[in-house]
Amino acid sequence: MSDKLPPEVAEAHWAKTRNLMWVSLAIWAVFSFFIHMFVTVLNGVVIAGFPLGFYMAAQGSLIVFVIQIFWFAHRQNQIDEEFGVAED
Amino acid sequence: MSLSMKGDFTDNLGKIYGIYVGGFAAFVVLMAIASMVGVPDRWILWAYMAATIGIYAFIGIMSRTAQVSEYYVAGRSVPAVYNGMATGADWMSGASFVGMAGTLFVLGYDGLAFVLGWTGGYVLVAVLLAPYLRKFGAYTVPDFLGTRYGGNAARLVGIIVLFACSFTYITAQVYASGIIASQFLAIDFRWAVFAGLAGILVCSMLGGMKAVTWTQVAQYIVLIVAYLLPAIWMSTVQTGVPLPQIMYGGALTQIAEYERILNVARTHVAPFQTYSARDFFFLIFCLMVGTASLPHILMRFFTTPTVREARKSVGWSLFFIFLLYFTAPAYAAFSKFNLMGLFVNAEGYRLAFTAIPAWMLEWGSIAGHQLVTICGVKAESVMAIQAACEARGHVGGFPYSELRLNNDMIVLSTPSIAGMPIWVVGLVGAGGFAAALSTADGLLLAIANALSHDVYYKMIDPKADTKRRLLVAKILLVVVAIAAALLARTQPSDILSMVAWAFSIAAAGLFAPLVLGVWWKRTTNAGAILGMAAGFGVTMFYLVGSVYGMDLTPRTGDEISWFGVAAISSGIFGVPVAFIVTIVVSLVTPPPSPEMQDFVDRLRLPKGGNMMVQTH
Repeated sequence: MSDKLPPEVAEAHWAKTRNLMWVSLAIWAVFSFFIHMFVTVLNGVVIAGFPLGFYMAAQGSLIVFVIQIFWFAHRQNQIDEEFGVAED
Repeated sequence: MSLSMKGDFTDNLGKIYGIYVGGFAAFVVLMAIASMVGVPDRWILWAYMAATIGIYAFIGIMSRTAQVSEYYVAGRSVPAVYNGMATGADWMSGASFVGMAGTLFVLGYDGLAFVLGWTGGYVLVAVLLAPYLRKFGAYTVPDFLGTRYGGNAARLVGIIVLFACSFTYITAQVYASGIIASQFLAIDFRWAVFAGLAGILVCSMLGGMKAVTWTQVAQYIVLIVAYLLPAIWMSTVQTGVPLPQIMYGGALTQIAEYERILNVARTHVAPFQTYSARDFFFLIFCLMVGTASLPHILMRFFTTPTVREARKSVGWSLFFIFLLYFTAPAYAAFSKFNLMGLFVNAEGYRLAFTAIPAWMLEWGSIAGHQLVTICGVKAESVMAIQAACEARGHVGGFPYSELRLNNDMIVLSTPSIAGMPIWVVGLVGAGGFAAALSTADGLLLAIANALSHDVYYKMIDPKADTKRRLLVAKILLVVVAIAAALLARTQPSDILSMVAWAFSIAAAGLFAPLVLGVWWKRTTNAGAILGMAAGFGVTMFYLVGSVYGMDLTPRTGDEISWFGVAAISSGIFGVPVAFIVTIVVSLVTPPPSPEMQDFVDRLRLPKGGNMMVQTH
């Protein structure tokens, strides 16, 4: 059970988890809001018929979100294993 | 196949759903052959409805259960990938399936606020909530709130918010399933609502979450095939490559060209023509935070075997949702390109009255809706259109600018607009029906489980035995479903617009107490309860105040408006208020007990199994 875990290990685990959370939220904020503020500029770049600003909102950000969640799940799992708090 | 035996079933998921996909493909091929040999269209549409509802009912009956944990959380045995598919179906409502591409068609770039808002929220679910709620091991979202925040007061506020956001949503789903059933089966809407109701109940009543999970997986497969096939069809016809998501760049270029020819001022790819930039970002924020707060979505992540699977499962959920959402812009672009082509190729860029396609009149003359409007009149007959257009000075034909299509008809009508055969039309109908049913089932369980588990078992009769609890759960499920159907039957137009509000209500009432409950140990009972009440109260006040005003009647001039924010984004006030009130009140009240702090510590560690030992 987890109550055998020394407090400093739990603390270190949580510190790493919290960092990962902030990094994840930063990526999320960039692709949810920040880059779409430059849509008019980005629309000047056209790739394969797609204006880039339109493309980022229609598909680009979505691709980032999907990859980001799998990456997050992988990273968090590594953290859990590093501190021996992963499920058996 | 002994589907009712859990071990057998979950061990053989791949095989069972493999057979299911094969059977479904064979059925579609059979329908294609039937339509070629001249079976009447109406029969093919009926066959689609009967076959899909039949298979959902079969799965629902096979998954019946007498175990509490199977009824509430599918026995916590759903692998990440399958939970992802079930969440996809749970998430994508009739509105997503039927309305999303139509919204993009009509609004262009600004409609992408919905595409972004309804996907990005899953990042918040994965990072902030799902693993911790799974670790806690609750049956419902109010269950978590009640345990973390000291009992029934928090539980009750949670239930009120849950009810407010979920009930309007489910009414809209029943309404949508009624509309689709009435169109495809050609029966009266008021009776079609009960066809929808029957479809919803067969999936959920006998087996609760377990049955809903396995039918939602089946429904996801139907809805994604039904959505992708017409898009692939259009892409193949227009570009020769069956990859609509990649090939629609060409359609966008063509649309821009057509817009120049037809003098369309509102271009497809230019931003902020319907919403201001501020409203666009506010809307994205409310939809994302709302996604991470809707109880019927969060409770899907209670069903995975482990915390690790819960995280992965959020990724799969978004992947399966993404398949539809990243196709929607392509769907919209190909449809728009098709339609504009009619005008570009017409003489003088006016569509002659004699050349009005049959689908415009068919969809235009559906009673009770304004689906196609030409020159300001409902497109019921060529004569009516001609008279209205000539009154506006358009002789011989009408220009593109005089045509208005309703968002909700684009997806359902695209197969007939693009000249696809009846077996594709029937498939799209079955997909829309699956989308509405699966979401309705998830919402129904969220509401009925909160009433049966939290209100009845935890607050009224904690000594009730298993049999009695399940009986009460099933009775409440039927009662809630019938209440929603009766309300949908009155065709309340307001309810439909309220669906978008559900996100703001959930975001304002539930996001702060859930997130802070995990991430800030110092959150106290009083802080969370007052924060929930304040966030929910402010958002409800603004919603009602800005839409109806203080006299509760719309458009009487006494509606409030704070900084001109649209009602759909009213969570933008409630979410920060909930955080501020929770934090301030928590800081002025004594810190939570050492036991509660220890509770939060254990919540943060995946190891050690469920924290809440449920009594069976």
